[in-house]
Amino acid sequence: MEFEPVIGFETHVELAAKSKVFCDTRAEFGGEPNSYVCEVCLGLPGTLPVLNKTSMELSLKVALALNCDIPEVTEFDRKNYYYPDLPKNYQISQEYRPLGRNGAMTILMPGGREKTVGIHNIHLEEDAGKLVHDVYKGRGVSLVDLNRASTSLLEIVSQPDMRSPEEAEAFMETMRSLLRYLEVSDCKMQEGSLRFELNVSMRPKGQKEFGTKVEVKNVGSVRAVLRALDYEMRRQTEILEDGGRVIQETRLWDDERGETRSMRVKEGAKDYRYFPEPDLPPVHIDREYLETLRKDLPELRDAKRKRFVEEYGLPDYDAGVLAAEKAVADFFEECTRLHNAPKVYSNWIMVYILRELGGEDEKEIADLKITPEHLAQLAQILDSGKINQNIAKKVLNKSLQTGDLPEKIIQEKGLEMVSDSGEIEKFVDEVIVEQAGPVEEYKNGKDNTLNFLVGQVMRKSRGKAQPDTVQELLRKKIRGEQP
Amino acid sequence: MSITADEVRHIALLSRLELSDDEVELYTGHLAEVLKYVEKLKELDVDDVEPTSHAIPMFNVMREDEVMPSLPQEDALENAPDRADPYFRVPKTTE
Ligand SMILES: [Zn+2]
Repeated sequence: MEFEPVIGFETHVELAAKSKVFCDTRAEFGGEPNSYVCEVCLGLPGTLPVLNKTSMELSLKVALALNCDIPEVTEFDRKNYYYPDLPKNYQISQEYRPLGRNGAMTILMPGGREKTVGIHNIHLEEDAGKLVHDVYKGRGVSLVDLNRASTSLLEIVSQPDMRSPEEAEAFMETMRSLLRYLEVSDCKMQEGSLRFELNVSMRPKGQKEFGTKVEVKNVGSVRAVLRALDYEMRRQTEILEDGGRVIQETRLWDDERGETRSMRVKEGAKDYRYFPEPDLPPVHIDREYLETLRKDLPELRDAKRKRFVEEYGLPDYDAGVLAAEKAVADFFEECTRLHNAPKVYSNWIMVYILRELGGEDEKEIADLKITPEHLAQLAQILDSGKINQNIAKKVLNKSLQTGDLPEKIIQEKGLEMVSDSGEIEKFVDEVIVEQAGPVEEYKNGKDNTLNFLVGQVMRKSRGKAQPDTVQELLRKKIRGEQP
Repeated sequence: MSITADEVRHIALLSRLELSDDEVELYTGHLAEVLKYVEKLKELDVDDVEPTSHAIPMFNVMREDEVMPSLPQEDALENAPDRADPYFRVPKTTE
């Protein structure tokens, strides 16, 4: 029997507000443990939360971009549970009147197929602190750092609409791109500011009803999510093929071992007893204000991709690569604004620049030593004919390493094309004398020997002669014409 | 509507309360009384009434996104029953 996965995601994103969601404490990654705290986020008695306007605004932007229904009134609720990363013993969240429902996000699959993934709801809540496990006097203890406690966390709950790892990957990439385009978060998965919680079940292909789903937590990267997904699909399929039953549970991903394992949470322990948060008055979402936000939404990835094809004549694939990250797309457009050579930039960015990005330290284009000014200057010099493609690539790589402007590199290294025809002529004459054999062959009608001779001249000029000029010159000289 | 001893134990667990068997029996009785009283509310027709979540008609109380100085670390940790600077120290959580 063939099984297919049914996949959904809870996307958690830490919003880029300067202060926390319900108090004016700094909201920033890192920092000495327990140094970004106050009476409110420590949950001291008698303190009251006040909602951060920016947190609400960033959340609404996401809800708009994901085409959600946004209610006239949104409210907060208490989610009650005991865990030391949560000093109040409840988390302020939104259960009954979240700020967005019934949204949709379109993902683009390889080959151009579009698929719509439903968004069940979007709600704003406070993040929890961090625990470090340690041993003290022979017993296990947990050390609590509350810097992250009560920072703004937006949770986006998708419908279980994905049916393959490829769709799951496209969903994560599209979501990350959207959140970064909206500039609501830095989306650094390494630092936990973007987290994908996976839920997956298996069912026989063709069956309508869903199977029993399993949630997977503790997955730190898109790659890890895909590994966890692959593991769960195999684990659940094996159980079902043996006639067994999948248990509905939350499992933790162990990246080192490459497996998920049960959290063994007791049945019924997940009893959150939600009730309206009495300390936070409801929020009326003004329609006019919402329209202003909607108008200010940036052009998103897929729209930009289409425009790049139309405006710059780029192939659709290239346009897609450039538009994936707003910073890269902006970089590209800034280059074309400085000097109009879109296809050259597109090629350089895809081949030489993108490979420098990402990696362990999640490097961004703004972190590079190269700027649009470098690329524009290089393209301009290339267009003038002073250098050829090959040398331009060398200069580009040098600029990437040193941050020097192309003009300076070309001057210092003497990379400019030899335009002095006297010098080229000298090389050509030398080659005709040195390579008497091949010259004879060419004279006897073996045309492709000419390429060999051009190569010899290029070597003498150390790549700085124009091959076309060299070829012309060689042909004329061998035939005995006046150059 | 009635309540069972097991439900009382469950609620006690959720509230991190340790109850003796005698107390479970006592509170089962008390809670049953409370529920019976609340049951009376069902006699009212509230079909056209919006559920009340807040007693005061107040909306959109928000603050600007401005950072104020944090509590000094020493003050933050001062009242903790147990600490391992610069952390709070608690019994190990299961995971
Ligand atoms: Zn605070």
